[in-house]
Amino acid sequence: MSATETTATGGGPSARDNVIEVQDLHVTFAGHVGLVAGISGKKGFEARAVDGISFELRRGEVLALAGESGCGKTTTARAIMGLQEINEGTIVFEGNPIGKKLQAYRRRVQMVFQDPTGSLNPRQTIYEIIAEGLRIHGITQGPNGETEEQLVGRALSRSGLRPPERFYLSYPHELSGGQRQRVVIAGALALDPEVIVADEPVSNLDASVRGEILQLLMQLREDLGLSIIIVTHDLGLAWTVADRIAVMYLGRLVELGPTEDVLLRPLHPYTRALLDVVPEAGGIDRPILEGEAPDPTKIPSGCRFHPRCPVVASGRAEELGILEKCTGEDLMIEEIAPDHGAACWATKMGELPRAAASANS
Amino acid sequence: MSLLEIDDLRITYQTKGGPVPAVRGVTVGVERGQVMGLAGESGCGKSTIAGAILRLLPASTKVEGRVVLDGEDILALSPGRLRAVRWAGASIVFQGAQHALNPVQRVSDQIAEAIIVHGQANEKAAKVRVGALFEQVGLPPRRINDYPHELSGGQKQRVMIAMALACNPSLVIADEPTTALDVMVQAQVLRLMKDLQRDLDLSMIFITHDLSVLVEVSDVLAIMYAGKIVEHGPATEVFYDSKHPYTKALAAAFPEIGDQRFRRKPTGLGGDPPDPQKIPSGCSFHPRCPVAFDECPTREPELYPAGPGRKAACLLVEPARVQAGTDPA
Repeated sequence: MSATETTATGGGPSARDNVIEVQDLHVTFAGHVGLVAGISGKKGFEARAVDGISFELRRGEVLALAGESGCGKTTTARAIMGLQEINEGTIVFEGNPIGKKLQAYRRRVQMVFQDPTGSLNPRQTIYEIIAEGLRIHGITQGPNGETEEQLVGRALSRSGLRPPERFYLSYPHELSGGQRQRVVIAGALALDPEVIVADEPVSNLDASVRGEILQLLMQLREDLGLSIIIVTHDLGLAWTVADRIAVMYLGRLVELGPTEDVLLRPLHPYTRALLDVVPEAGGIDRPILEGEAPDPTKIPSGCRFHPRCPVVASGRAEELGILEKCTGEDLMIEEIAPDHGAACWATKMGELPRAAASANS
Repeated sequence: MSLLEIDDLRITYQTKGGPVPAVRGVTVGVERGQVMGLAGESGCGKSTIAGAILRLLPASTKVEGRVVLDGEDILALSPGRLRAVRWAGASIVFQGAQHALNPVQRVSDQIAEAIIVHGQANEKAAKVRVGALFEQVGLPPRRINDYPHELSGGQKQRVMIAMALACNPSLVIADEPTTALDVMVQAQVLRLMKDLQRDLDLSMIFITHDLSVLVEVSDVLAIMYAGKIVEHGPATEVFYDSKHPYTKALAAAFPEIGDQRFRRKPTGLGGDPPDPQKIPSGCSFHPRCPVAFDECPTREPELYPAGPGRKAACLLVEPARVQAGTDPA
C-alpha cells in the first residue's frame, strides 16, 4: 500500500512518475449511410466517442475509468492498448509516444477483457493459451533463462491457479467462470507487463467470486509493481480498489481525482448523480437523472451535461448567472482542489454538489 | 393467509447427464403487499422457483411439494385454469426485454393481446387499457405505435412491466429486471417498480444476484445457496447484520461507498458455487466457508431461528449451540 500512497501524494506534476500519459485523445466513429445517400456524397453522423481527453496513469496506481455505457471508457481503454485507431492525440508510454511499432508496447501493456469465456479459445488447452502469447512475442525463455513451461507455470500460479500443472491440459469449458478469468489474467502476466488494462474484469462473474479476482489484481499490483487501469460502471468497485477515479461523460473527462475525494466530496454534478443511483437501503427516493445515456452523435452545445444537469434544471445556474455559459460555452476539466479536477461552470464559481450523504467508519 | 405459500418445493431437471436437483426443499411465503427479494448466484435455483410458480418449467422436470397462490394449488391446476392464473394471478418480468418482445409486432398490440386472450376486455377496451398502462409505466403516448426496435432498453423494460400489469395480477415476479440496463436507467426502472408496487399494493418477488438492489426494494430477503434458502428475514437486517457466512460474503461484494472496511480491501470467497449434481455433504457451503468447523461436512443445518423474524441455516446459530454458548470457531 505504501508505494501507492507516495505516488498519490507526490510533489508537483513534474515530480510524478507517469507510466502512461494520454494527451488530447480523440476517437471518432464514422456513421453509416445508405447506399444512395453514400453515392450522393452524404455522410452519416459521426460519433465522437472520445472527444479530447488527457490524463496520466501513475506508476503503481490503480486508476478507475468510470461512467455510463457509451461514455467512451472502453474506447479509451482500447485506444491506450493500440487496438483502436486514434484520430487525434498521443499516447505516451514511459516518456515515448507509441507509434506504429506496437508489438513491443503491447507486451508491456496487457489487456484483460470483460468476458473470460469469449477471450479464451475453446479448442486450446490452458497451457497453449498462455504459451501462445509468449510465442507471438518470440519469447522462448525468460530473463533468467526460464523455460517456456516455467514461464507458463509461474503465470498460472501467480494468478492463483495452483498447482499450475493441474491446469495445463484443461480446456476453458472445464473451468469455472472465476478460474477462466484467472487464466485470462495469467495470459496477461506471462509477458511480464508493466501495465494491465482491465475492462469490467468482474462484471461477468458471480458476486461471491468477484472479490477474489479483485484481490488478485491488488496482490499483483503489490508484488509486481503493476500499474492498473480498471474500466468499470460500478462505483462501489472503484471504492474497493482504485487509488484515483476518472469519471467520463460523453467522450470527456468530467472529474478526476483521488477516490476518497471524488466519491465522498464530488465536484461535478454528474458524479453526484452517479453516486445517487448506487443502490442502498432506503435509497430509492434520491434524485435520479431523467432520460437515457446520451448519444455521442448528438453532443449538446456548451457543457455537454447541461441538458440533464440538476444545477441547470433547478434554476440554480440562472441564479448564479452562468446559464449562458452552461448552455453555450464548452469547457475542459481543470484542477479545482489539490489533485482533484472537474469540468463544471458552477463548480468553478465555488458552487459544489452535495457531499456524499453518509460514510460508515 | 399469505398470498403465496411455497411448501417443501423440490425441483429436479432431467438432463442427458442425469437428474439435476435445482431446488432442494424450499419453504417460504409472500404476504399481500410484500416484496420478497430472492438472492443468490447463478445456478442456485432462484429462477427455477419463479418458473415453478408460473409453471413455465420443461415438461420433463420433476416438481414436488406445494405452491399455493391465493388459496389455489398451482401445481395441481388444470391447463385451462392455469392459463387464467398465469398473467391474471401471477405475472413475470423477464431479464432480457430485448428478447422477450416480438420484434415484428407493435408493442401496444402485444400488451393488448395479453388482455384480450385473458378475456378481460374486448379489442376496443383493451386499447384504452394499454393507453392507461403506458401512462402508468411512464412511457410517452407517442410511443404507442412503436415496434420494439424503436425503443431504448429502458423503454422496452417498461413495456415488459406494462405487460406484466396488464391483467391486474396480485403477484408480480421480476427476474433480474434491471441487470442488462445502464446504472441510471436501472435506477429509473427500480423506482418505477417500487412506486407501482406501493400504488397497486402488489406482492412481488424480486430475483437478482445484486444484493444492494434487493435491499433497496425489498421488505424481506431470502438468500439461496445450492437449491436451498440459507437465510431469511427483514431486508436491511439480513444485509447489514447477516447471520449466514454466505450472506456476509455476498453483501461484501456490494460495498457501500464510504465504508472504510472495504476501502482497498476487496473480499471474496474462495472456490465457486457448487455443481448441482455434486452438492457437498453436510452443509453445502462448507468447502467455501471461512468459519467452517469439524461438524460442517457431516451435519446438514436446518433453517434455525436467528432473532425476531429471522432464520439462518448455519450450525453456528443452532439453538442448542447458542444456548450452551459454545463457539467452535
